[in-house]
Order: sequence, then C-alpha cells, then structure tokens
Amino acid sequence: MKSNQKMFVLGGLLVAIALALFVSPFASGNPDGLNKVAIDQGFDDTAEEHALEDGPLAGYGIRGIDNERMSKGLSGLIGVLVTFGVLVTFGVGLLLFGALRAARARRANSAGG
Amino acid sequence: MHIPDGFINAGTSLGAAAAAATGLGVAVRKTSAYLEDRQVPLAGLVAAYVFAVQMLNFPVVGGTSGHLLGGVLAAVLVGPWAGAICVAVVLLVQALFADGGITALGLNVLNMAIVGCFGGYLMFALFRRILPRTTGGVTLSAGVAAGLSVVAAAAAFTIEYAIGGAGGAPIGTVAAAVVGVHTLIGVGEALITGATVGMVLKVRPDLVYGAHGLLDAPLLRRQLQTEGAGS
Repeated sequence: MKSNQKMFVLGGLLVAIALALFVSPFASGNPDGLNKVAIDQGFDDTAEEHALEDGPLAGYGIRGIDNERMSKGLSGLIGVLVTFGVLVTFGVGLLLFGALRAARARRANSAGG
Repeated sequence: MHIPDGFINAGTSLGAAAAAATGLGVAVRKTSAYLEDRQVPLAGLVAAYVFAVQMLNFPVVGGTSGHLLGGVLAAVLVGPWAGAICVAVVLLVQALFADGGITALGLNVLNMAIVGCFGGYLMFALFRRILPRTTGGVTLSAGVAAGLSVVAAAAAFTIEYAIGGAGGAPIGTVAAAVVGVHTLIGVGEALITGATVGMVLKVRPDLVYGAHGLLDAPLLRRQLQTEGAGS
C-alpha cells in the first residue's frame, strides 16, 4: 500500500514534469481571458511592471537560454519541482507542529493528574 | 485569470488579501487537524500538477487563450482545505515567473484558491448528491463544478473591478466580457478536471477525497470523522 502510493506520486510527478517540459512550449501564446478583456476594454495599460519582471525566470523562461521552447520547458520543470518542494516542506512543518502540540497536550495532561 | 498589479486599487487589494488570509488560515487549521504523513507527498503532487497544467494555455475564441485554474481539481483530490493551500502555493511560486501581481496576490488567492476550492467544492458536493453514486457521477460532478468555478472566479474579478478597478472601463461591459470568455474557458477546465479525476479514480480511487462513500476507504473515513469531531 505504502510503496504503491509512492509509485503513484512518482508517476504523477513524471506526468507533471513531462507536461511542463515538453507540452508547455507548445501552449497557446495568446493573451488569456482576463488580459484579452483588459486589452479590449482599454485598461491593460493600467498593469504595473511586475517586481520580478527582470527575474531569472520571468515570463516562464530561463534568462540566458535562447532557445525559446527549451527555455520555457526548463522553467516549467523548475516550477513543478519548486511547487512540490514548497508544499511538502509546508506539509511536513504542519505535521511537526501538530506532533509538537499533541506532545505538549500529553505532558500537560500527565502533569495535571 | 491572474490579475497583475495595477488593475485593482490598493484598498481593494488589501481587503481581498485580508479575506484570502482568513480563508487560508481556516484551511491550514482544518488541514492540520486531519493531516497524515502519507497525504503530504500527495498534496505536493497535486500542487505540482496544477502548476504544470496552468502553463498549458489552450486557445478559445478570437485570439484569446485560457488555462486550468485547478481549484476544484485540487479540492476533489485532497479536500477543499488542503486544496486551497495547494492552489495558493502555486500562485505564490508563480510570482517567481512574474505571473500574477505581488500586491494582487490576495486577489488571485481569493478568486482561484478560496472561491475556486471552497465555492467549487460546495458545488461539487451538491452535484454529488444529485448524481449517481458511481465513479462516473463523481467525475461528472467534478467536471461541472470545475467549469462553474471558473465562472465564479470571473464573477469575483468583476466585483473586485467594480469596487476598485483602474482604467474606468464600464462595469457592465467588463462583466459581460469577463464572464463570457470564462464560460468558454470553463469548458476546458471541466474537461481537464474530469479527465484527471477520472484517471485517478481508475488507478487509485482511495486517494480521491471527493469520492468518499463510494468505497470502503479507511483513510477517508478517519479523515471525515476527525473533521466532524473537530468542528
């Protein structure tokens, strides 16, 4: 059961990586629904430059990689791994916090009687 | 659906951030009440998958594209509370890619994680009561709720724009355009969500939070009992 789930998570991650790495470079480059409405209605120019507009991954690419598709695919790979990492770190933190709280409650209980 | 900085004024963004933080606070508390070790990598996978699929813009009419928001997908797979955390983390990581504003993060979390997961899961639960208790019923419920959740997110944006939108576009026109195009994008959301939920139901039905009651899954039963006792 346990290893079966490990395989499931691993397989799922491989699917996510494959989608980000190999499929995302071929995704539509048209503005998304919200941006298109903003353009049509003339409020797209109210958008301010993103604070990380000059960041190394801005716009789903890796600065320094000139091949556009490779740049986008690899940036997607980084995004998938970072997202997984952040969530697992947060989840483990929650588990530890929960265990700590339970231990403290047990101590308080045994101290009280 | 990612709002950049500037579209919505600071006051409205701040209000949305407060609402989003409150919602996420509830999500974290509820999640920590039932979280088990084995669910952590699963939630990580759901977030990673949503990140990947959000990159896959598909064309809709007239030079417009759309992509999965993933709120209902995450909520059905890991529950609305953990699901909201998953989508919020995706939105946070996307800041590295300069996608979605920084001051607009609260707005985006509100529209996609809170409205998407909480609102979307409510609709999903409603459809599950109406539709047959089969894997097909769960898949269909997830798909339809997912589609509607995109329309709900668009409606939420419209309200935010009405309160504090920049550029002075007439609100009626904006509402019709945003809701209209997101109804079409919602069809894509429904198809992707239905396909993914259907696939997981085929491989590991016991891992689908929203499929509880369909099969004897001890983990789910335990989760639901803890939740019931906690609230």
